[in-house]
Amino acid sequence: MNAPIRELTYAQAIQEALATAMEADERIFLMGEDIGVYGGAFQVTGDLVHRFGEDRVMDTPISELGAAGIAVGAALAGSRPILEFQFSDFATLAMEQIVNQAAKMRFMLGGKVSVPLVMRFPSGSGTGAAAQHSQSLEAWLAHVPGLKVVQPSTPHDAKGLLLAAIDDPDPVMVFEHKLLYKMKGEVPEEAYRIPIGKAVVRREGRHVTIVATSIMVHRALEAAEVLAGEGIEAEVIDLRTLRPLDTATIIESVKKTTRLACVYEGVKTLGIGAEISALIAESEAFDYLDAPILRLGGVDSPIPYNPTLEKAAVPQTPGIIEQVRNLAKGRI
Amino acid sequence: MAKPVAIMKGDPASNQRPFYAQFTPEQLKEALRRMCLIRRFEEGAEEAYMRGLIHGTMHLSIGQEASAVGATMALRKTDYITSTHRGHGHCIGKGADPKLMFAEFFGKEEGYCRGRGGSMHIADVESGNLGANGIVAGGIPIAVGAALAIKKQKRDDVALCFFGDGATNEGAFHEALNMASIWKLPVIFVCENNKYGMSVSTERSMAVANVADRASAYNMPGVIADGNRIEDVAEAVLTAIARAREGQGPTLVECKTYRTRGHSRSDRNRYRTKEEIEEWKLRDPIGHFETELVANGIATADEVAGIFAAADAEIAAGIEFARNGTDPTPDEVTRDVYTPGIQA
Repeated sequence: MNAPIRELTYAQAIQEALATAMEADERIFLMGEDIGVYGGAFQVTGDLVHRFGEDRVMDTPISELGAAGIAVGAALAGSRPILEFQFSDFATLAMEQIVNQAAKMRFMLGGKVSVPLVMRFPSGSGTGAAAQHSQSLEAWLAHVPGLKVVQPSTPHDAKGLLLAAIDDPDPVMVFEHKLLYKMKGEVPEEAYRIPIGKAVVRREGRHVTIVATSIMVHRALEAAEVLAGEGIEAEVIDLRTLRPLDTATIIESVKKTTRLACVYEGVKTLGIGAEISALIAESEAFDYLDAPILRLGGVDSPIPYNPTLEKAAVPQTPGIIEQVRNLAKGRI
Repeated sequence: MAKPVAIMKGDPASNQRPFYAQFTPEQLKEALRRMCLIRRFEEGAEEAYMRGLIHGTMHLSIGQEASAVGATMALRKTDYITSTHRGHGHCIGKGADPKLMFAEFFGKEEGYCRGRGGSMHIADVESGNLGANGIVAGGIPIAVGAALAIKKQKRDDVALCFFGDGATNEGAFHEALNMASIWKLPVIFVCENNKYGMSVSTERSMAVANVADRASAYNMPGVIADGNRIEDVAEAVLTAIARAREGQGPTLVECKTYRTRGHSRSDRNRYRTKEEIEEWKLRDPIGHFETELVANGIATADEVAGIFAAADAEIAAGIEFARNGTDPTPDEVTRDVYTPGIQA
């Protein structure tokens, strides 16, 4: 008889990763706004303060820049901070410490130090929070050498990628999607790691490759299911890590399918889709391409408040189906 | 080699100061040696720059040696400092080796940052120096974070954070001092107020007369020290260190001082008068301290001369060491962006 599958939400999986890591390593502590008795704006830290105490689950003032710098300093001095941003948008307040300090410290000091810290960013649109609480800024940070950037799309990955991020000696930025926090999925109890820098093929196919990130992985899979009914077999790759990028998995898939679509929520212009397109253009997979590359990203606009407009600002499943169908024309 | 240090006679001797009882004669002479070394180091670096031996820019702290050494002379090796773009003095004060600093200036593998950081990023992690910083106020939250780690690890070390007057107008200053105070962290904030944030005077950039006045907003002591008098700086910092080690939280020490050189290589001194510069040169911190040590019978004139001569020799040897250093090779340009061994 099979063991029953244990399901957790994405938020619970993150909390379990945090608790598991904190149990195993006293150096680890959490910092963030309202992560203590409040439990975090999205209830990710929940009751952890009761389990680990206020010294290890530290409420900070509303001071993103200062908190980010404190995380850098604590990491340099032998602690292992995990900083929760209430919304990924607030990374803009802390860019100095993230970009100039955390990312560059090891390099600037000639490799004499590492900066083992984790920053968690609830991101993405779809909650009606409008332009300053709905952005997808992961490509901003993925542009910075010295940072690692991961984007889990499932509860399973949320736990495994976070544990890998905590183990990592370098600063890792974890972009979580707010709409995924309540998503349920299988999460093993043991402390497993998902390697940073490795994409995963979520669905195999031979006609077209869809490279997707975060919540767009689910929309791409829905689209692939519909297209399969029409005889179009889409291969869906969940990127999981933006930096370092798993170039081999993408190139191999495109060589097989000869067509590429990139689906992501961040603004299309100068985004991750541009990077993946350029990767293919520069690689041996270029000669295999049978159609122009398709990028489906966020429109060139702030995220609107109105729900109809909000949906229109980022890729949705029907649009993915239609455009990937067009891309696959002539292939089947 | 560099010009001789200009010896200016300072205030009358005062052997009644606690400073002279708190340190041994050897420690006091070592403090003079380090001040002298800082001066000679910067003069040597400036000359090397003028001769085209090193590139980039640098920010000299000539005239500010008393705050650098006075603030660091009571620190342990396991205490941390964070420094600034004008950080050569802090680095030497905390115990760095000038020849490895020169090697860094010359961009050599032997340098503290293997030639990757240069003047603005010199660090000596071994001696507790978490690094200079090219971003004004960048090091302030980092020092607070180091102090938080100290507290979490139940150590009785401290973090001492250098910054200039300009940094106190940055948001990071406010956020970091507030958190240091609410969490009672073992950190000493040492502001070297040299009157100008690049070209803009404190009168034009601050609504209060003193940086120390800002301490009351964080419910921490705000102390003003004469930044050109090592006794004044060291006494203020000693009190602050004691408070920090006893778990009573942070102190803000403002050292009123002056940089007699320009902000950086591009400075044409259009925002201040020659008279002002000359007036401050008369308050030279090294000349003052030398006079005090001799007047108080702590050092003989011969010993002082020996200290200066030894500094000259050390600087000359340091530059020679750096010139003969190893250049990094282009194929290693991305080394140390990430920590090797764990992930791609």
